[in-house]
Amino acid sequence: MSSQAMYTRFERLWHWSQAGLIIFLLLTGFEVHGSYTLFGFGKAVALHRLAAWALIGLWILAWFWHLTTGEWKQYIPSTPERILAQTRYYAFGIFQGKPHPFHKDKQHKLNPLQSLTYLSLHVLIGPAIWISGLFYLFSAQWQHSATFAWLPLSVVAIVHTAAAFLTLAFLIAHVYLALTMDEKPFASLRAMITGNEPAD
Amino acid sequence: MKRLTGISLLIGAFLLTPTAQTAAQDNISTADHSRFRALQKNFSSGPEVTAACLKCHTEAADQLHKTTHWTWAFDNPLTGQTLGKKNVINNFCVATASNWSRCTSCHIGYGWEDAGFDLSSQENVDCLVCHDTTGTYKKFPTDAGHPNYVPKEWPVGSGNIRQPPDLTAVAQSVGSPARENCGACHFYGGGGDGVKHGDLDSSMAQPDKALDVHMDADGLNFACQTCHTTGGHEIAGSRYTTKATDTRGVVVPGQPDQNRATCESCHSQTPHKGMKAARLNAHTDTVACETCHIPEFARGGRKTKMWWDWSTAGKKDENGKPLVVTDSEGYATYDAKKGDFIWEDNVIPEYHWYNGEINYTLLGDKVDPDGLVQINSIGGAPGDPDSRIWPFKVMRGKQPIDAKNLVFGVPHVYGNDDTSFWKNFKWDEALEVGMAERGLTYSGEHAFVETEYYWPITHMVAPADAALGCSDCHNRNGRLQNISGVYIPAQSHYPWLDRLGWLAVLGTLGGVVGHGGVRLLAARRRKGGQKS
Repeated sequence: MSSQAMYTRFERLWHWSQAGLIIFLLLTGFEVHGSYTLFGFGKAVALHRLAAWALIGLWILAWFWHLTTGEWKQYIPSTPERILAQTRYYAFGIFQGKPHPFHKDKQHKLNPLQSLTYLSLHVLIGPAIWISGLFYLFSAQWQHSATFAWLPLSVVAIVHTAAAFLTLAFLIAHVYLALTMDEKPFASLRAMITGNEPAD
Repeated sequence: MKRLTGISLLIGAFLLTPTAQTAAQDNISTADHSRFRALQKNFSSGPEVTAACLKCHTEAADQLHKTTHWTWAFDNPLTGQTLGKKNVINNFCVATASNWSRCTSCHIGYGWEDAGFDLSSQENVDCLVCHDTTGTYKKFPTDAGHPNYVPKEWPVGSGNIRQPPDLTAVAQSVGSPARENCGACHFYGGGGDGVKHGDLDSSMAQPDKALDVHMDADGLNFACQTCHTTGGHEIAGSRYTTKATDTRGVVVPGQPDQNRATCESCHSQTPHKGMKAARLNAHTDTVACETCHIPEFARGGRKTKMWWDWSTAGKKDENGKPLVVTDSEGYATYDAKKGDFIWEDNVIPEYHWYNGEINYTLLGDKVDPDGLVQINSIGGAPGDPDSRIWPFKVMRGKQPIDAKNLVFGVPHVYGNDDTSFWKNFKWDEALEVGMAERGLTYSGEHAFVETEYYWPITHMVAPADAALGCSDCHNRNGRLQNISGVYIPAQSHYPWLDRLGWLAVLGTLGGVVGHGGVRLLAARRRKGGQKS
């Protein structure tokens, strides 16, 4: 069986450490939100804060990597026709056993729907999470200042929590798509671990 | 190592610094009162001792005459109300008027037997109740502030005989007040040990560190006046004018206001050290120190009264004697003279926004006979820079009102006469006499209303490691559930956000499962189709 190089070492490191951090942040975050008791509030806050700083550090590296390697171009939205074609595939074609409308290779890691999804993840949910998160983290410093009199902590918490819910929803869809959409079973998963994707 | 030396230096400095308590033992006083000629005589009464004191301490009586301790009257500059024991109505023994010689056993004077007491008398100031260091000087409970001068039975009918104090010995050993001196009245407010305050009872005379980190008898050993700073017999830190927050910073010499009756006056607004310091110090903008550092009150092994229902008073037992019911621990849960009680210890306070302003429902103010009457109501609001979330003991109970005039009743409870409630158990007579004493005409009809009285909790400060932890409040069922206007992570939440959020998550999960299921079915059908 032949295979082709798909993900660089950095990409794989980024993906898995980000996955771990996000899952851990969701776990501690929903405890801080009051959904359950696991570590105890004080400890959950401390762990959440640590993981958050780690994720911010990772994002800085990832942005740097994307910009210097030109990989950011993978997120440029496709034409509406191509996005529609991919949507039609998920909605109908897949049930009829039709082939994937787009081929995946190192230059086209993301299908048109994926690139749109990841773009919105990177430019909408991501910033919403970390901007609201930084405000939350430093609430002691701004809460009583006149500059931020218009911003109650509750609004910061609402934005942060809403973004967390969306992240959790994304995670569920992502795991489903990543594990079950390959022509060769678990090809994407294997590629994300080894770097090489089995080719047809 | 350097740090260790610093700490031991600090501890050394503490040991060398004379505290108020060591002052009370008089080992640093420059005067040996037993050598004073004026005190080397037999005294036959308290006022005689005072006359001797005043020979040297010429201004003392005048100073005391200006204090609430003497006048039992206080003009609250914040609200314009006239307060003080002479004026307020409470939901313990209700009022002092017409019950003078019983109530004034906690007045710093001698002889307040009726409304005509001469408040300008110098010799009737009681120096000894605060300055006795022998522990033998006690005001007799029913003698209007005098100690007993002859052996007397107390409680009446108990067979216990109280010996009179040796006034000469007491006078010759006076010193700075110790916790026991203040406690002689302040531990027993409301008619018994721990009844009134909840954070003050006889366990505070010699507390351990767990009960009060500052007054710890084997540790810092603070006297009351270490925080309730005094000057000219005026004592700082009255509850009537609480400082809900203190932004003066640490009080150092030279500062015009030397009042240390706030936590912040020694600890500042940013007292926390270590890893969590920034986060904890951020709390001081909204939360009073007492809220976390006094996790519970009545922690010293004494219970405090939480409920007092006068409406049930007057029941007789099978022998026709006034009924008294005590629980297994010896606390009276019913007393014919007073009604039903509920006692509690290790009480979790109630929490409210508080800016230090207290408004009283005073005698003569209209009360709603069907509603819950606030004996006092506290000011404060979220977002207000002067307000903090404070812990309170909320005393609740039922007490008599004039049912036609809809004003508080003043019951004449104590007195050896035909109208006092404790002798005759007749409300109308007791109320008529009591209210007349305050210049009110009783309508002849009484009723009982439920009342609430808010007591800010400030004493029984626990050591830092016993303070509340994060999750005591940061929890869906946290302690500050009833606090509004501030977002408390883990406790505050918006049901609409949770509903929408989980809908999105479960919707995605459902979509994924449905999509996968249909794919499986379709694949199976395709396979079946190929076979046939």
